[in-house]
Amino acid sequence: MSSTLSSPLSPVVSLSNVHKSFGALKVLDGVSFDVGVGEVAAIIGQSGSGKSTALRCINALETIQQGTIQVCGHAIHDPALDRRALRRDVGIVFQSYNLFPHLTVEQNIMLAPTCVKALSKGEARDLAREVLSHVGLEAKADQYPEQLSGGQQQRVAIARSLAMRPKLMLFDEVTSALDPQLTGEVLKVMETLAREGMTMILVTHEMAFARKVASKVVYMHQGRVWETGTGAMLDDPQTPELRAFIGNGL
Amino acid sequence: MQSFGLIHVEFLAWAALWTVGLSLIAFVGGGLLGFAVALARVSGSLAVRAAAIVYIQIVQGTPLLILLFLIYFGVAVAGFSGVPAILAAGAGLTVYSSGFLAEIWRGCIQSVPKTQWEAAECLALTRWQRMTRVILPQALRMATAPTVGFLVQIVKNTSLASVVGFVELSQAGKLINNSIFEPFTIFVTVALFYFALCFPLSTWSRSLERKLNVSRR
Repeated sequence: MSSTLSSPLSPVVSLSNVHKSFGALKVLDGVSFDVGVGEVAAIIGQSGSGKSTALRCINALETIQQGTIQVCGHAIHDPALDRRALRRDVGIVFQSYNLFPHLTVEQNIMLAPTCVKALSKGEARDLAREVLSHVGLEAKADQYPEQLSGGQQQRVAIARSLAMRPKLMLFDEVTSALDPQLTGEVLKVMETLAREGMTMILVTHEMAFARKVASKVVYMHQGRVWETGTGAMLDDPQTPELRAFIGNGL
Repeated sequence: MQSFGLIHVEFLAWAALWTVGLSLIAFVGGGLLGFAVALARVSGSLAVRAAAIVYIQIVQGTPLLILLFLIYFGVAVAGFSGVPAILAAGAGLTVYSSGFLAEIWRGCIQSVPKTQWEAAECLALTRWQRMTRVILPQALRMATAPTVGFLVQIVKNTSLASVVGFVELSQAGKLINNSIFEPFTIFVTVALFYFALCFPLSTWSRSLERKLNVSRR
């Protein structure tokens, strides 16, 4: 039922028997999976299946009660984890964008490189222009987040993460708040990143995108990894739960 | 006996300057202390947070009059007799303002969405950088209107400084009344002075509130 695909290269992310509860509510019930270098892993499942929590655990935004998580050489389960070192290696994009409303697009992107990596203003500005052109928004550098559409804000959020040159990018339902057209422009950016070899884990409801772009699909159900496989697994579900989920989802 | 005239108005105007001066001391001193307490109030350390809560509760739970007495006589008990009235009054009002400003600003800091903290944390910013670069600039916007509003309270409460012998607007009114006994005329004039000081502040506060509501920037 919960088979773990072995990745060809040494894993960037490795979850092993991860347990997590919010009070009496068991959210992750022995979750294990690996993601290798350059892989694009899509975590799918119903609301409440634990997929977002799993992603947040990978970035140490939630603490786990049992099991181990290794991310880019950091032991997430270790109480002595250096969170800032972890966050230099891992970028995350949220469903609600979470741009800083008091800063322009460019300032949003420049903040972390100047604060954390001690880049000069000039270097950071060049970097901001570069990542903005990557997401097709160099013309918006001097605007404030509220002046942008949701899709544009989300692309800025992606650019802001990219500016830290992460080894791994996490995407937490990044298109769930967007209409289909805006969803398309964000997915296009993500597809480009995937093609360029970025290691990515995305929690998503976009089945077509998962099938097309993901090298690994992890179907979660009731806090467990129910089924894993390649994108093709969505065409040939092995469990009745995944069959029902896809039936409802498409 | 002399009747109420220009000379008295001049005396009141001079005393009003002391009211303004004392208000400024209270606002600057209370602002600095209150800002430190507000930061302590949202600190990551439970002990620091608890200490800040206790401080705020004590200050807010004590009448300003008693605070002023405590400081004025407390300092004398500690062996420093003859404390200048402005120091005692300034210290008392500073403590008083810090307790309230800390709580106003704590509310503003905590009303910045938690997701902003999270986003800043995920960009590897230190706790201090998150606070100064992301949270405080947003909290500041929200804090402006209520802070200016509280300034009105400070101005009015400086009248209590008369109990430690400080001659500000209210005490000046009392002094004049002792000599010419025209309480109604005198205290209406005193009230007009207070109004002239406070009205611009509350108007400013209201316009700030309107402006900041229109745009989040």
